[in-house]
Amino acid sequence: MEEPTVEPKIAVRGLDLYYGRFHALKNIDLDVRPNTITAIIGPSGCGKSTLLRTFNRMNDLITGVRVDGSVRLDGQDIWTGSLTPVQLRRRVGMVFQRPNPFPLSVFDNVAFGPRAHGQRNRRVLEELVEESLRGARLWDEVRDRLNQPATELSLGAQQRLCVARLLAVRPDVILLDEPCSALDPVSTLAIESLMRELQDRYTIVIVTHNMQQAARASDESVYMLLGEIIEHGPTSQVFTNPKDSRTEQYITGRLG
Amino acid sequence: MTIPIDVETKHRIVVVLLWLAALVALAVLAFIIAVVLWNGLPAVTLSFLLESPRDMGRAGGIFPMVVSTVAVTLLAVIVAAPLGVGTAIYLTEYTSETALTRVIRFGAECLAGVPSIIFGLFGFIFFVIQLGMGWSVLSGGLTLAVMILPTVMRTAEEAIRAVPESFREASFSTGASRWQTVTQVVLPSALPGIVTGVILGVGRGVGETAAVIFTAGSSLHIPTSIFSPARTMAVHFYILAREGISMRHAYGTAAVLVILILAINTAANWLMLRFQAKQG
Repeated sequence: MEEPTVEPKIAVRGLDLYYGRFHALKNIDLDVRPNTITAIIGPSGCGKSTLLRTFNRMNDLITGVRVDGSVRLDGQDIWTGSLTPVQLRRRVGMVFQRPNPFPLSVFDNVAFGPRAHGQRNRRVLEELVEESLRGARLWDEVRDRLNQPATELSLGAQQRLCVARLLAVRPDVILLDEPCSALDPVSTLAIESLMRELQDRYTIVIVTHNMQQAARASDESVYMLLGEIIEHGPTSQVFTNPKDSRTEQYITGRLG
Repeated sequence: MTIPIDVETKHRIVVVLLWLAALVALAVLAFIIAVVLWNGLPAVTLSFLLESPRDMGRAGGIFPMVVSTVAVTLLAVIVAAPLGVGTAIYLTEYTSETALTRVIRFGAECLAGVPSIIFGLFGFIFFVIQLGMGWSVLSGGLTLAVMILPTVMRTAEEAIRAVPESFREASFSTGASRWQTVTQVVLPSALPGIVTGVILGVGRGVGETAAVIFTAGSSLHIPTSIFSPARTMAVHFYILAREGISMRHAYGTAAVLVILILAINTAANWLMLRFQAKQG
């Protein structure tokens, strides 16, 4: 990469991951730069979601998963370092494929994380909720219905609510796992412009099967195939002048 | 040779048959309740509910039996609900599928299939004699607790499993611990199912005879503590009918029992609807 002086936010070295006997991630090396939007693209089953879920140890919840190699967050190993999974997930938050608000009010959804971390003060919570909803560009839409069930919002608003729920725990890294696959084009664009706004304060990694999205909304792109990283570079280069013929095949639509 | 029937006719026949099956099932239930109430309600007066029995139950009321039934069942639920729900949480949230979890599940299934008289015998030997609790509310309640435990556990487990995985993921991804996820996300979502299981257990406990007759005893007095012997309504009904003391009062007791069970189920339904309305 260019600027080698910038410390990577997430540094992956020699990562192998197995589901039982299935070798899902093969010798992955990857640096995720801070305040950058990194898109992971590739055909279904290539391991892109698995890789993403390694960063906040969500794969730990699945039985039969075995990992080798290292993943460092700000230089600290996420497995052997002093970070517990709970502390790690406070710093590395995740937005999922389908909006998954809790069956609670809008307010309680956003306040969930801070409450889980011991914040009980109503005033502090109210400020945090407003700040987070503003951050997710949802405040104006829901300011008058904070006490309504979150499940009554539109899908697009629900997904931005999930972003707000995440912002309320003040993470450094935001992982988005195909966040727009259940959304209409307008909501999709809203999420993409939101990502651009959040980029100043957060490091963002997005998994997407939508190549236009990766081309529009990311700074760097990672192309994965069959559990391996084939190519990683600035998005403009990966999409206009790929170095690997397999990347070219994929982005021109001849593979996957 | 088959007679050709068009799809539309087939559909109509199936609908009628299914409708008939539902009707018969409902009619049997309605008939039973009607017979019990028809024969029993004439005996049910305010004094029947609020007085102690006289002359072995030929006269007077069933107040001590109502108290005993509530006490024994309440004790059973207080013991069985936390144990059953706790086991269900362990099986679903804290461990993966292992030999141990299979043994626990198999054990619970066996326990659920054991006839209640066996539980009565076990309670008599273990609680009444071995542990020296005697015929008491405590012995009866603990025996019932053991008996309804598998029902509570399995329904709780199913309810917890039905909570979408995405709720857990969402909770974990905000940095909530497993315990916080269980208590603040999983259990609230599973509560209607868990409550249903507990109510099923209560229903079984309230109407149980064989398991309590050996363990709670058949005293005609109002139990004053959990160490007092007690006679539940079901046992009272059984003794009145079997020893030919008073069919009139036996039916009266049965009517009160049926009404109590209906009331519990209605209350549970109402609670559930309120809870769901609040959850949205």
